[in-house]
Amino acid sequence: MRPILMKGHERPLTFLRYNRDGDLLFSCAKDHTPTLWYADNGERLGTYRGHNGAVWCCDVSRDSSRLITGSADQTAKLWDVQSGQELFTFKFGSPTRSVDFSVGDHLAVITTDPFMERTSAIHVKRIAEDPQDQVADSVLVLQSPEGRKRINRAVWGPLNQTIVSGGEDAVIRIWDSETGKLLKESDGEVGHKKPITSLAKAADDSHFITGSLDKTAKLWDMRTLTLLKTYSTVVPVNAVTMSPLLNHVVLGGGQDASAVTTTDHRAGKFEAKFYDKILQEEIGGVKGHFGPINALAFNPDGRSFSSGGEDGYVRLHHLDPDYFNIKI
Amino acid sequence: MVAAVDIDGRAAQLGINWSEINLDSIQLPPGDDFGIASDDEAVYHEDQSEFDTGFGNIIVVDHLPVVTREKYEKLEGVVKKIYNQLGVIRENGLWMPVDPDTKKTLGYCLIEFNTAQEAQNAKEKTHGYKLDKSHIFDVNKFDDFDRLMNVKEEWEPPQARPYVPAENYQKWLTDEKARDQLVIRHGADTEVYWNDPRQKMPVPVHKRPYWTESYVQWSPLGTYLVTLHKQGAAVWGGADTFTRLMRYQHSMVKLVDFSPGEKYLVTYHSQEPSNPRDASKVEIKVFDVRTGRMMRDFKGSADEFSIGGPGGVAGASWPVFRWAGGNDDKYFAKLSKNTISVYETETFSLIDKKSIKVDNVVDICWSPTDSILSLFVPEQGGGNQPAKAALIQIPSKVELRQKNLFSVSDCKMYWQSSGEYLAVKVDRYTKTKKSTYSGFELFRIKERDIPIEVLELDNKNDKIIAFAWEPKGHRFAVIHGDQPRPDVSFYTMKTAQNTGRVSKLATLKAKQANALFWSPTGKYIILAGLKGFNGQLEFFNVDELETMATAEHFMATEILWDPTGRYVATAVTSVHEMDNGFTIWSFNGNLLYRTLKDHFFQLAWRPRPPSFLTAEKEEEIAKNLKKYSKKYEAEDQDVSLLLSEQDREKRKALKEEWEKWVMQWKSLHEEEKLARQNLRDGEVSDVEEDEYEAKEVEFEDVIDVTEEIVQESM
Repeated sequence: MRPILMKGHERPLTFLRYNRDGDLLFSCAKDHTPTLWYADNGERLGTYRGHNGAVWCCDVSRDSSRLITGSADQTAKLWDVQSGQELFTFKFGSPTRSVDFSVGDHLAVITTDPFMERTSAIHVKRIAEDPQDQVADSVLVLQSPEGRKRINRAVWGPLNQTIVSGGEDAVIRIWDSETGKLLKESDGEVGHKKPITSLAKAADDSHFITGSLDKTAKLWDMRTLTLLKTYSTVVPVNAVTMSPLLNHVVLGGGQDASAVTTTDHRAGKFEAKFYDKILQEEIGGVKGHFGPINALAFNPDGRSFSSGGEDGYVRLHHLDPDYFNIKI
Repeated sequence: MVAAVDIDGRAAQLGINWSEINLDSIQLPPGDDFGIASDDEAVYHEDQSEFDTGFGNIIVVDHLPVVTREKYEKLEGVVKKIYNQLGVIRENGLWMPVDPDTKKTLGYCLIEFNTAQEAQNAKEKTHGYKLDKSHIFDVNKFDDFDRLMNVKEEWEPPQARPYVPAENYQKWLTDEKARDQLVIRHGADTEVYWNDPRQKMPVPVHKRPYWTESYVQWSPLGTYLVTLHKQGAAVWGGADTFTRLMRYQHSMVKLVDFSPGEKYLVTYHSQEPSNPRDASKVEIKVFDVRTGRMMRDFKGSADEFSIGGPGGVAGASWPVFRWAGGNDDKYFAKLSKNTISVYETETFSLIDKKSIKVDNVVDICWSPTDSILSLFVPEQGGGNQPAKAALIQIPSKVELRQKNLFSVSDCKMYWQSSGEYLAVKVDRYTKTKKSTYSGFELFRIKERDIPIEVLELDNKNDKIIAFAWEPKGHRFAVIHGDQPRPDVSFYTMKTAQNTGRVSKLATLKAKQANALFWSPTGKYIILAGLKGFNGQLEFFNVDELETMATAEHFMATEILWDPTGRYVATAVTSVHEMDNGFTIWSFNGNLLYRTLKDHFFQLAWRPRPPSFLTAEKEEEIAKNLKKYSKKYEAEDQDVSLLLSEQDREKRKALKEEWEKWVMQWKSLHEEEKLARQNLRDGEVSDVEEDEYEAKEVEFEDVIDVTEEIVQESM
């Protein structure tokens, strides 16, 4: 497997997202410009200029026409994917950390960080069909009980009925997306012990995986919030994703960025680790980054995946035929 | 000790905001310890037994003169004068009762001091004080009076306790699978495991949080595990679980050392002086391991204990007392300025009541098997008096052999483990005195007159990085040359043709190694590149002179052979932040398993006592190894089959469970299909599955139509 090295960002990568067809790959980084790539050959298609801060997250609509991005410049922006044109800007008083389109793309959930006096919050916005009609008002605002702790990711639950969030307080919460009521919290005994850094849904919304600095990733039932599986690794987990094709999960991470300089890349364990989703056993690893992995995404066809690192590179891996015959 | 991180982690796990808790407000129900056994519990009890009843500061002085009223005040004045020097007597603290009939004193008084310490001090100082010929003070603490009053007039023979057979302390040696034990310390826990290479995992034996306050150590024959505490040291052992066998009181003990036959335990404590210019105070105690009795203690300033010896701790080089070889624990020696003090353990005093005077001696070393002491004296008088290496027989103090050495800068002594050879590495100055080069003086102890041979390396300017004797063997290995790629050479003290001369076997060029680890049974050696080489390992067979395997345990800090030489543990301890834990290898370099533990401090194999088999018997077994190994190979196979069977079962169960869960989901997903479709404005959305689904479609096509006129024949 020979990865394609995509060097378009000057700063550490933060997020990667494939469109539904799996032909386009969006990348976000701490530089200010989200970038669009061909998911097949890694050719750069274009950039989205307009943000004035690190871009933490993005999501693309099902028909690949709209892109939403959340940035540390305290805005979330809607873009026209094809033209790169900025369509609308949601302004918040604090950095936006995560964005996610609902099923049907009529709603978006946006999380904001605790900043100055503001506490962390989850905002639900209505996304208009025609950008001319777009309004900035929130349909719903949810306040986390741990207001000073950042919410690192919030996504829509099945049928947009719930919102699932996870963050620095290591607790996963499920909210009612209509009433804003807190429905469930993850159990402290079995749950994560340290901040949750990442959260990824299964294609059919039945379960999701969370990665945490406590060196584990956990698989949860999206409705009941029961813990299904735990994957233990040796380094803090910054990014997680699941193969849509096989029962595999991928964890990426590495030593804390501040400690990286003290050791060389062999000690840092900057590998994307594959685990068997059911047996919780490690299958293999993909090396290459020389900094912690901050972002992982699987192509919806399950035949390739990409990883983004603190080192500023996106590595696009087309999986070998051998991979599909792994038996353990 | 618990790391603050652990506490925070635990608190977060329980959903408690740690900073909001006032620890003092928490009251445990009496007698509840939350299942955490306090390691100093026993000592607490001891302390509590002498809990003062409030009269601890009162003493009773007996045998005072009986005086009349007129002399009362004079006597009071005398007593006050004596005791005012020793402590502060409380107001009205002196009470001398008077007989109401005779108006004379009763010959005793009670004195109340401000503190119990003062009372204790006064008691010790004045007990037996002669006021005059006929009045010798008898001083007791008031608290002791009840006890003294209750002493029975008649002597009762102590009850003979019924004989309880002692546990088999050697039981671990009778393990059916002949496994070895190892102890590890990580975080707050100390754990003992079986190394089970068949199951490729460590099997737990015993685990205890807060077992020790600094480190643990096995006794040389593996019988005991010693733990260190504020109050002293304790040894643990027994047949099945680790129970405490004995305690040795020595407050703030820092270091411990066993005699080679594990009869005695030496404990060490040093106290930083309050005045930085003073030397720190050192106290060393020698205990009998089995009875717990203190045999002797040594006190003094650190200077008296700190001469010579490599490395060691601040204050003194450990062990201060070096034990003579062999398992009879007869002699131990201490090196101090210009003298070597050799003690014998029958009386715990100096042999012939005299130390051995050797001017400027800097290093001593016992033979591992005999009571022969080797010593080194450096050059003196600017080279007028040569340096000297000598062997002294104990207890006769006869010098067996000595050799003068010239222009020596440093010297190190290495005994071979069965005491047959002694290698002295000598660093000499070159003529310009600007640099040094190294050579070896090899003593053959067991031969007549102890011949000495001089060995220089092929390139005598090479620096010597490491040296190691083959245990029980006659070979040694040397790492020499310059970093980053030094050479490794093997030498033998006897070859088939030439028994009396040392000869070189081989030199391996440019190895990434800076440390040597022989297997305890010899023949195999690990050439290790620690520190700068990041944990390179080369498993080498010296008989065949071939590399069996090369491997790496990244950043390894420790390499430890098990006592049988079958397995090797390599560990990364908490000097590094990452990858703490240990790895077990087979002797030939096969990785067996890895175990990761955060905050990994220590790993130690449980030693085994020496084998009872004679050398001939061992050789015979080695010859017929094939015959014996069949049985074990069959067992190995059974175990691995069983394991894989269990594994399969477990996996099957997991898969089935998952399938069940997924099925339940699929049906729900199907039911919600319409709802999803509505959310997407009617777009048929669930292509995720449909696209890849194989459908059987019946397809009918009209290929051809022909019209035929069928004639009716009516």
